[in-house]
Amino acid sequence: MSTTITAVPTKPWQASKRERALDTGIFLAAITTSFLVVALTSMKGKLAYFTIFFIAYALLTSVFKATQRGSAAAKDAFVNSLVAIGAIVTVIPVASILDTVLRKGLPGISFNLFTHDMALATPTDPLNNGGLLHAITGTLTMVAIALFLSVPIGILTALYLTEIKGRFTGPIRFLVQAMSGVPSIVAGLFILSAILYPITKAYSGLMGSLSLTILMIPTIARTSEEVLNLIPNELREAGTALGGTQWRTVAMIVLPAARSGLVTAIILGVARIAGETAPILLLTGGGDKVNPNAFSGPMGSLPYYIWKSFNAGSPEAITRAWAGLLVLVGLVLILFTSARYLGSRKVAK
Amino acid sequence: MTTSHESEKETMDTSVKPSSLADVAQAKPTKVPGTRALGTGLETRGVHAWFGKHHALSNISLDFAAGTVTALIGPSGCGKSTFIRTINRMHEFIPTAAMAGEVLLDGKDVYAPGTDVTKIRLQIGMVFQKPNPFPSMTIGENVLSGLKLAQIKVDNKDDLLEESLERAGLWSEVKDRLGAHGGSLSGGQQQRLCIARALAVRPQVLLMDEPCSALDPGSTLRIEVTIRHLSDTMTIIIVTHNMQQAARVSDYTAFFLSDGGPGQMIEVAPTSEIFSRPQDQRTENYVTGRFG
Repeated sequence: MSTTITAVPTKPWQASKRERALDTGIFLAAITTSFLVVALTSMKGKLAYFTIFFIAYALLTSVFKATQRGSAAAKDAFVNSLVAIGAIVTVIPVASILDTVLRKGLPGISFNLFTHDMALATPTDPLNNGGLLHAITGTLTMVAIALFLSVPIGILTALYLTEIKGRFTGPIRFLVQAMSGVPSIVAGLFILSAILYPITKAYSGLMGSLSLTILMIPTIARTSEEVLNLIPNELREAGTALGGTQWRTVAMIVLPAARSGLVTAIILGVARIAGETAPILLLTGGGDKVNPNAFSGPMGSLPYYIWKSFNAGSPEAITRAWAGLLVLVGLVLILFTSARYLGSRKVAK
Repeated sequence: MTTSHESEKETMDTSVKPSSLADVAQAKPTKVPGTRALGTGLETRGVHAWFGKHHALSNISLDFAAGTVTALIGPSGCGKSTFIRTINRMHEFIPTAAMAGEVLLDGKDVYAPGTDVTKIRLQIGMVFQKPNPFPSMTIGENVLSGLKLAQIKVDNKDDLLEESLERAGLWSEVKDRLGAHGGSLSGGQQQRLCIARALAVRPQVLLMDEPCSALDPGSTLRIEVTIRHLSDTMTIIIVTHNMQQAARVSDYTAFFLSDGGPGQMIEVAPTSEIFSRPQDQRTENYVTGRFG
């Protein structure tokens, strides 16, 4: 008689029931500790609960692991809880901001927001009067012009640093890094004093775009440089060995291989400037009417609209400002999603 | 074409289970240089190479007859790869690199002033150690990428595509998925794709820098069969650490060695002689596995 051995799939590396119960116990003990400390000492507030809970949890798990499996396991458990804390601490503010913007902005969202401008309305008017079409179009126009100017300059700079590696690589890399720390107000003042006062002598969307370009170039150049450095040298050699010139090799092989990374670089650049307010206040002149001409006349923008509405102070104006914020966040989200989609899409065919 | 492929395959298959490398090398007929005017002759005259102050390669003079396969063997660091990179002028991509001597393709020095280096690389193709298909391109686009890179117009791309893949021994495996990405192939298929890519610009010389070192034995055998077929129509120089491979695929073998100084060529001879009665004691030690 033959015996068939049936193997049952198990996962012996998983925590046993007892271990899981102990983990839950530690979790509850940490919560109890945090309540006790808050109740008994002068440390108060939501933040105190959080902080004490995490400290207590990290300490208790490490002590427990130390008794069970020695000091190496204890260190592992301690670092594990630190990493978890880091992740949670990062998510909390972002989630909280989104929550606030949604709750305060949604009441101000209405259809006329996207079809009207503020030419015939003031921020203190009832909410069904006027809209922020001028701000949406203004922001989109300025971001588009800034993209048009900074993407070629930024990527060409990165190509100089990674492909040509000329004599000025060191100084240019240093300059680009220094530029990425320039405060936005400095970029605004630079355009104001170098172009607006001496040359154009008038507010316009273009002036705003130029200052945004200054802020965007270093972000795009630095990120693109890192992405291009990741492209294996073998691909460049293969292209050259097939009889391609350096430019053909870069254009046909290196840049397409780096495409999704370059899209990320551009996204980061847009993220840097979409909500920039200081240079916009200095250079665009605000404007409450849809202005399709970026080269002349004041141009509205979402950050400007938000700033102006908050300053007006009435409850309607404050609601308008929150609605403007929500639209700005939504706009950036749409830009990101579409850019991600374009960047990750497989090559046609 | 097909019949010659098959007869070639048979000679490859009958030569299995050899008792010694010399038997392997003698199992196939050695091509006599000059009898087939199918490719272009290549000669190097007193080639030296440096990386900064480091003298990597000293005084290499070698003839590569048209339509033959020459294997370069020798321990790591003896300058074999550096040598073949001086032939298609890839050596100059290392910023500190320098060289001396002449590389004559069809009697003309590829380093002569005014030479269009991209034209040289079209005539002397290269296959690298690691398969490196272009990741952003499909299989078909990879094969034809050399034409696009060098901006060469051809009338019938589909024929060239099929011919190149056929010569690289890959056509039957990929003909139904030319639109798939190169990365979806296995390592051995990727390397044959890279060979097809190099063949599509119709080079007269093909340099192969350890083309099988990252591949499994089955894929290696496929590529060796491919090399034998290709040698009917072009001159091939292959760097290899695999002595069996040198014995199997090459007509001539050159042994390179560095005694701590720059790499030198110790000996060059028909492959069967290198593996049966080498002239130099160091060659014999190396091919019999006493060192390296």
